[in-house]
Amino acid sequence: MDGLDLAVRAGECFGLLGPNGAGKTTTIEILEGLNRPDMGQVTVLGRRWGTHERELRERLGVSLQESRFHDKLTVFETLRLFRSFYRGGRDPEEALRDMSLEEKRDARVGKLSGGQRQRLAVACALTGNPEILFLDEPTTGLDPQSRRQLWEHIRAFRVRGGTVLLTTHYMEEAEQLCDRVAIVDHGKIIGEGSPAELIGRLHAPNILEFSSDPAAAPGLVSGIPGAFDPRQRGSHWSVSVSSLAEAVPALLLALDRSGAKLEELSTRRATLEDVFLALTGRELRDE
Amino acid sequence: MSSSGKLRPLAELVRVRLLEFVREPEGMFWVFVFPIGMTLALGFAFRDKAPEPVAVGVTGKAQTSVLREALTRSALLKPQLFSSLPEGRAALRTGKIALLVENGSPIVYWYDPTRPDSRLARFEVDKAVQEAAGRGDAAPVRDELVSEKGSRYIDFLLPGLLGLNLLSTSVWGIGYSIVGARIKKTLKLMTATPMRQSDYLLAQMLSRFVLLALEAAVILAFGMLVFQVPLRGSPAALILLCVICGLSFGGLGLLCGSRVQTLEGVNGLINLILVPMWLFSGVFFSQERFPRAMQPAIEALPLTAANEALRAIMLEGRSLAALPSQLAILAVWGVVSYVVALKIFRWQ
Repeated sequence: MDGLDLAVRAGECFGLLGPNGAGKTTTIEILEGLNRPDMGQVTVLGRRWGTHERELRERLGVSLQESRFHDKLTVFETLRLFRSFYRGGRDPEEALRDMSLEEKRDARVGKLSGGQRQRLAVACALTGNPEILFLDEPTTGLDPQSRRQLWEHIRAFRVRGGTVLLTTHYMEEAEQLCDRVAIVDHGKIIGEGSPAELIGRLHAPNILEFSSDPAAAPGLVSGIPGAFDPRQRGSHWSVSVSSLAEAVPALLLALDRSGAKLEELSTRRATLEDVFLALTGRELRDE
Repeated sequence: MSSSGKLRPLAELVRVRLLEFVREPEGMFWVFVFPIGMTLALGFAFRDKAPEPVAVGVTGKAQTSVLREALTRSALLKPQLFSSLPEGRAALRTGKIALLVENGSPIVYWYDPTRPDSRLARFEVDKAVQEAAGRGDAAPVRDELVSEKGSRYIDFLLPGLLGLNLLSTSVWGIGYSIVGARIKKTLKLMTATPMRQSDYLLAQMLSRFVLLALEAAVILAFGMLVFQVPLRGSPAALILLCVICGLSFGGLGLLCGSRVQTLEGVNGLINLILVPMWLFSGVFFSQERFPRAMQPAIEALPLTAANEALRAIMLEGRSLAALPSQLAILAVWGVVSYVVALKIFRWQ
């Protein structure tokens, strides 16, 4: 990590967003006090790791990427073990209900689905009734339904007043859950703000995609008013524009003049995906 | 359960560790079934039985049947006739007989002096031959036969197997469990909670004690009931000794698991530690058979100390106070490995 400077406010959901290997896990583990930074300072709840580790541990909940529980223990036994580590906290039975795991109470951890296992991990992180919940890639590898279910549980924690810090490489997850995100690439923060702000900060927050026969010449595309960062794939073009109202009629007119026939045309609002593309020149691949 | 009640982390860790063990059938096998099977097999293999008579051959030109008659009177000899000397020597060469008697004047004994049964046969045959020729006993003697419980091989073996088992189950049980938790990143996740790290290591040792008590009880009860192995010292001393062994070996287990990151790695490391002790620490035969130069190193091994102390209490009826050097060796191994393990332990 290099010159990373960020502040997370109480009660918000903050996301570290970036591709695999960008340094998200290193960052969140420094904040969790599991890794020591070479330089710089971390303050959590107004405390420092070096001097208040035990107090902080009581007040934080952590779910790590790819950590697994013992397969032979039941869901309830696992939860009860983690509950015992904290001075105060939630009743394990109640924690089961919170994460919709009551039907799996006596099932062995080894028999759970990926989504159930992930919910158990979050239940364990919540069992000490933390003020801040740290989640590292909470929905990686989950099917869309399990992912949405987990999002609901994270939102419920926020309704109870909790602060969430999560890492993800899913743009949709960041847009759905986070009040603010920091886009991380190669160990640096390259953009920070709410998803809407980041998208609005783009030169051209609308994406125009079309294909024609014959393919449009680069000069034609760059001639569209407000056109930014055009990209060609065969006869298919994708270009960011500041105003659809100006760009679409201009495009149609130019194509008509060049004698090309329009085959496909679609427009969409830019996403965090496009923000990442604009900031790095690379695409951020989901999975 | 009263889930609102206070849960103690140490108690919960021990409880969970025991549950994991009970639900792992392989673990149960190695701890309980394997040592008993081994004791049974070895106990029967080396059980006391009547000595086998030694086969000897008789050949020669004249009066061989008279000579054979004389040899038959000895219960330790099983004589058989050979029609020619080459035939008899062939039987000697292939080990079918221990000694060949060639009748003549003088009588010739053919045998290989490096074979113990041949030397025994030489002694028995000559005695029978001389008695048949009219020699009497110059001094009156009487044999008194001894087969006392406590001096048989099984009596030597059982304490050794107990020591061996306490060592291997401690090291395997603790080492594997820790490395498994490290691979699954459960260890790392636990360090992100307020759990005390010493509680985790302590729970590993304490859960071993529960298993160790069962293990020792099963092996001892088996040896005493099936083979009448004696316990001459006080049961309290034996229990205390088992606890000390458990602490010492538990420390070794923690040390084995303290840094390794893969199951293959811990496998190799544990074998590296256990195999020499299987061999040198007097489990199956006395360590005194090894060369004198090796003795100080062998004596310093924890399993040697454990086996010596277990035998001293069970077979010789000694007290713990009479075993200061063995107890010191066990304590030093336990304390040093525990402290080093805590220092170098890798949680992530």
